[in-house]
Amino acid sequence: MTDSGETPAITLYRLQACPFCERVVRKLADYGLDYQSRFVEPMHSDRNAVKRLTGARTVPAIVDENTGVTMSESGNIVEYLDKTYGSGR
Amino acid sequence: MELDFDIIDLPDTDHPTAGDEAPGFTGPLVTDEYWEDASLADVCADSDDPVLLLFHAMDGAFPATYLWNEVRDRGFHEAATVVGVSISTPYAHKDLLEERGIEGQARLFSDPKNGVAEAYGIDMELDGMEGVAEPRPAVFVLGADRTVEYAWVGEEWPAFPDYDAVEAQL
Repeated sequence: MTDSGETPAITLYRLQACPFCERVVRKLADYGLDYQSRFVEPMHSDRNAVKRLTGARTVPAIVDENTGVTMSESGNIVEYLDKTYGSGR
Repeated sequence: MELDFDIIDLPDTDHPTAGDEAPGFTGPLVTDEYWEDASLADVCADSDDPVLLLFHAMDGAFPATYLWNEVRDRGFHEAATVVGVSISTPYAHKDLLEERGIEGQARLFSDPKNGVAEAYGIDMELDGMEGVAEPRPAVFVLGADRTVEYAWVGEEWPAFPDYDAVEAQL
């Protein structure tokens, strides 16, 4: 996040200290991708911002404006990032 | 009637005043649903209304409670983009938004190290809480380019804004 008003194309919905979220963070870092972190409510039942996006209240979830993709589940996200930004693309 | 209590006078400060550019900063900005790093510059640039920047005591202290009750009851969010700053954590900010009934009306920056208050020249040490500092109560009304249109900084502790004067600015 900078003062320039440029918001990264990727938004990561995450929970502080959530290992599944950290897995996605590490993958984003591996590919040098800029992302905006949104830290959500620890109480699962209160995560309506995430539910509106993905239909589920689980984190991590990402929105990638480069591709128009919105998804949750760390395994799916890692696979998506590998396919989209990794050497296998 | 003579009341036997002390209002503490605070020393003079060198804070931004009308016509100055308010110091920029970036930090976790808390809504009722999540928090994310945001800059004051972006908050101002994205707002069609003036930005009402409120520095207050840590969440849970009665001055913070009274301030937000008054801001809510006066409906300042209808004429301004309302943003608070305190040293409290994002978790405490989420509770404040809910408890004061200002979800969707205000957002709160979390500034645990009090660096924003220092940048504005309004930091103060807290007696009896070693190592803890927080902002003086302060109000800034900002334009889209962060120009200060109105400034008020408490000169005693506790102190509350002149809400009528703020309202007249919005």
